[in-house]
Order: sequence, then structure tokens, then C-alpha cells
Amino acid sequence: MTDPLLKLSHLNKSFGALKATDDVSLTLVRGEIHALIGPNGAGKSTLIKQIAGGLRSDSGTVEFAGRDVTHLGTVPRARAGLGRTFQISSLAMEYTVLQNTVLGALGHDGGVMRFFRPVMKDRALVDRGMAALERVGLADQAAKRTADLSHGQRRLLEVAVALTLEPKVFLMDEPMAGLGASGSKRLTGFLDALRAQAPILLVEHDMDAVFALADRISVLVYGQVIATGTADEIKRDPTVREAYLGAEDAV
Amino acid sequence: MTRETLLNIVLFAILPTTALVAFALDEPFIITLATKAAILALAGVGLNIALGLGGLVSFGHAAFFGLGGYAMGILASHAQSYTPLMETPFLIEGTKSMLVIWGVAIVASALAALAIGALSLRTTGVYFIMITLAFGQMLYYFAISWPAYGGEDGLSIYVRNDFPGLNTLDPIQFFAIAFGILAIVLFGAGRLAKARFGLALSAARQNAERVETVGLTPFRLRLVAFVISGAVTGLAGALFADLNRFVSPTMFSWHTSGEIMVFVILGGVGRLFGPVAGAALYILLEHTLGGLSEFWHVYLGLLLLLVVLFARGGLIGTIAGREVAHD
Ligand SMILES: Nc1ncnc2c1ncn2[C@@H]1O[C@H](COP(=O)(O)OP(=O)(O)O)[C@@H](O)[C@H]1O
Ligand SMILES: [Mg+2]
Repeated sequence: MTDPLLKLSHLNKSFGALKATDDVSLTLVRGEIHALIGPNGAGKSTLIKQIAGGLRSDSGTVEFAGRDVTHLGTVPRARAGLGRTFQISSLAMEYTVLQNTVLGALGHDGGVMRFFRPVMKDRALVDRGMAALERVGLADQAAKRTADLSHGQRRLLEVAVALTLEPKVFLMDEPMAGLGASGSKRLTGFLDALRAQAPILLVEHDMDAVFALADRISVLVYGQVIATGTADEIKRDPTVREAYLGAEDAV
Repeated sequence: MTRETLLNIVLFAILPTTALVAFALDEPFIITLATKAAILALAGVGLNIALGLGGLVSFGHAAFFGLGGYAMGILASHAQSYTPLMETPFLIEGTKSMLVIWGVAIVASALAALAIGALSLRTTGVYFIMITLAFGQMLYYFAISWPAYGGEDGLSIYVRNDFPGLNTLDPIQFFAIAFGILAIVLFGAGRLAKARFGLALSAARQNAERVETVGLTPFRLRLVAFVISGAVTGLAGALFADLNRFVSPTMFSWHTSGEIMVFVILGGVGRLFGPVAGAALYILLEHTLGGLSEFWHVYLGLLLLLVVLFARGGLIGTIAGREVAHD
């Protein structure tokens, strides 16, 4: 096995008395989908923020591509190749769908201090933005205002923007939410192929998708990783059944 | 052609048409009003880059307007009294050249915007408003208490400054200068809004987190926008001083900041021609209502209230509808 691309060591984060992240260590290696599951409020989104740079950890380290990025902000981490999607869509809502992916392509390109040539006539950027929309199946929505998209379409646009960044690692926070059965299935197929481009740390509630996709699964409960293993190992794990999957069956 | 484009053409034509008709009818005062509207619109176009595109509610743009004005006043007053600005370590003389004065006004206000922006852009919301306001007021009190350049009374310049090949004292020719600059800056601001920089800046206004996630720094985008914005408003200040042949600390006061903001809001925040519509309407109201009642600002206030409550897109938004983001 190669060195992990992303390595979290003993991360902690408290909000007042609440320990949202409790001594979390995990890795993401090339070519894999590592799913992060756990009940609501377990600290999954908090952990994603700590990795992406939006939230400073109280202690512990984040190593990315062999480099300690613990003390870097969101921007340098994004530039280093961490491509994140948000659980609650975070897009430029007044822009068209295409403008959002062109913004991503622009971020990746970096030459932002240009004041004269119309960006939407910049073939290289627009082609990259369109290509990303085509990959997630949003090409026919390109000219629509983002605010007019459905919830599920916004999730897909989040993924498309992350694609334009050509990241080394994807951090995806519940990309299936709101997609519906056929949409989830389609995205599952897409992510399955995407792992060859860059590994994915996937937070997801859709268990069918998780069991179909994940090479490894980590279960987070009250901020702690209580188990890590393959889908079969996790399904059989008694503590996981008790803490999480069992409760899910009861619902 | 969209409705907004059509409206923009009409708005663009209003000022020169007014000036030309007034010229034909031999009404120099009307030409001067059109010139004033063009210059104030220019100040608004400057503010609109920060406010409309960047979402930066600067209540201190009088700082740049005033700096532009004093750049003109100081340089021209030294030229008219034949005394150099300074002799050591090197000689700097005054000048009556508009081109030089504009250059100095742009550089001075850009530098001031860089300093003010670098400090105030670390805050947001109401704090940003208050800090920019405070910087404007600082310069205001500084100008009042600086006797070398007239202090509270301001500075009078007896003859308008020179522009190669034109008689700047002729109202229609000075109008042509002011309107020419407005046209050039409108063109540039329109390009900027649609360029890479504009896309990123406007995205940072809509969602700063999104911009950071694609690897761009909102602070840098906003600082550059603030500098460009301040420089344009500073240039307007130099022209305004030349129009009146007079500068005074009033140019620095928060009233001035408020007025520039009123042009933008009346016309439509973030709309390229918003400040043109706003400034023209303001001048029109000032000289119609102002003639009827001393309390015309009350009516202006009411109008502003109506715009903010019922017509968020200002005049342009009301007529042309929501902005078309994509083309
Ligand atoms: N900024 C915050 N301030 C205080 N508490 C927070 C904050 N963000 C998250 N929390 C709390 O931390 C816990 C974990 O939240 P979160 O990471 O969103 O969980 P998950 O994504 O697994 O549903 C929850 O109890 C939540 O209320
Ligand atoms: Mg969450």
C-alpha cells in the first residue's frame, strides 16, 4: 500500500463542553473511497471542516500529500488539492450553474487579477466548466440561475465545482442527500469511477450507496471513530450494530 | 438586445443630449448641471465597484472624493501663486495641467484606499461601515484644521485648469471632458464586471466560503476592488473641484459619502448605469424640488425610502427587471 494521501492524527475539537471530534485518526489512500458514517450530530461535518480548513482543530494534525497542513487556512488547502463539497450547498446563488463551475475552473487556474477579457468568453475556462457539468449530468441546466435549481441539483453542482478544481482528494459531505433514488444510483455510479481520479472521503447517510462504494468505512459516534473496516466487517461489528446500524433498523 | 441594454443606451444619451440642447438654446447653467451630473455619476460608478460588485458598504468614499479635490486644489493653488509645493529634497511645483492633476488624484486616492481598505476590510457588516466612515471623518477634520490650504474656508482656484487643445472654461467643452471620462470609465467598469476579476469578486459577495473553497482569497479581491473604486471616485473629486473651481472640507464630509451612496441606491446597486441614473435624477430633483421647497431633502428621503422598501433594484431594476447574469 502506498503512503496515505490524507492522514489525520489524534484530531480534537470541542464546542464548549461538547466534544465534537474526539481523538480521531484516519487515513485516505490512493484509489479508495473511505466512507464516514454515523448518526446525526456525530461530528462528521465538523471533521470535514477541520480537514478542509474552515475550522481550526484544538489539537492533532492533518497531513496532506506528505505535508503538514494543520495550520493552513482554507485557501492554501484548496490550492494544495483538497476539493470539498458542502452538506448545505454553498454556491454563488445569483450566478448561473455554468458560472459556478467557471468560478471553480478560475480558482484552479488562479489568474484572477484580469480585468478586461470577458470570462464567459474564455474558452478554456468555459469548456472546463461545461465538461464538469456534463460529467454530473447538469449540462442542460447550464444557463439556469443556481437559486432556481432543486436541492438535489445543487448537490450535483457542488460535485461539479469540485471536479473543476481537479483536486488530489475529494471531501464530500452527503452528496446524495435530496437526490432521490434514481439520482443517488447515478451519482453512485459516477463516484465509483471517480475514485480512480482521486480518492474520496465520503460522508453519506445512504447506506446502499455506502455499502456499494466504500473500500473502507469508519463509524463515527459522539466524535469518536468506534470502528474502521470493510463493508462486511462493519456490518458484522457488534458495537456498530448496537451504536448505529441497529438503531437504524429499528427506525 | 435586453431591456437593460436599451435602458443603458437611453441613460447614456440623456446627459449629452441635455448638454447639446442647452448649448443650442444658450443655457450654460443647464450645461453645468449636466456636467455636475456626469461627474457625480463618475463618483458613483467608483463606489459601485466596491458596493455593487463587492458588497462593500463603504460610508467613507468622501475620503477619496476629497483627496481628488484637494489634489487639484493644492496643485493649482501653487501654480497660481507661483510657489513650489516643496523645494527640498527636490523641487515640486504646482501645475494647471488637468492630465497631471488627474494622475495625482488617482494615485493619491488609490494609495489612501489601499491603506484604508487594508485595515477596514478585516471587518464586515456594520463595523466596516463605521470604520470607513471614521476614516472619512478623520480626513474631514484634518482638512478643516490645515490652514495652509484654506482650512475651513477651502481653496478657490481662479481659472479652470488646462486640457490640451480645449478651452476648459467653455461649459460645453468642459462637459465633453467630464462626459468623455465617464464614458471611458463606464466602459472599463463594464468590462471589469464581466472579466475574471469581476466574476470572482461578485462571487465573494454572494458567498465568501465558496470562493475560498475554490482557492481564491476574498480579502485580496476586495482590497483590489476597493483601490480601483477609490481611484475612480478620486478622479471624480478632481473633476468636481475643477467644475466649481473651489475645494473645501465639505468634499470630505460624511454627507458627501451619503450622497454618493444615494446615487448608487437610487439608480440601482450593482447596475453599471445605476449611478448615471441616480446622479441625473438627484440633480433633477435638486433643481426642481429644490426650487419649490427648502426642504427638498425630505422628499428625497421619502423617495429613497420607497426605493429601498419597494424597488430594491433601484430605477434600473424597476424598469429593466432582474439582472441577466449570464451571456
Ligand atoms: N459551530 C458550532 N458550534 C457549536 N456546536 C457545534 C458547531 N458545529 C457543530 N456543532 C455541534 O457538534 C456536533 C457535531 O455536529 P456535526 O459535525 O454537524 O454532525 P454531523 O455532520 O455528524 O451530523 C453537533 O452536536 C452539533 O450541534
Ligand atoms: Mg453533517
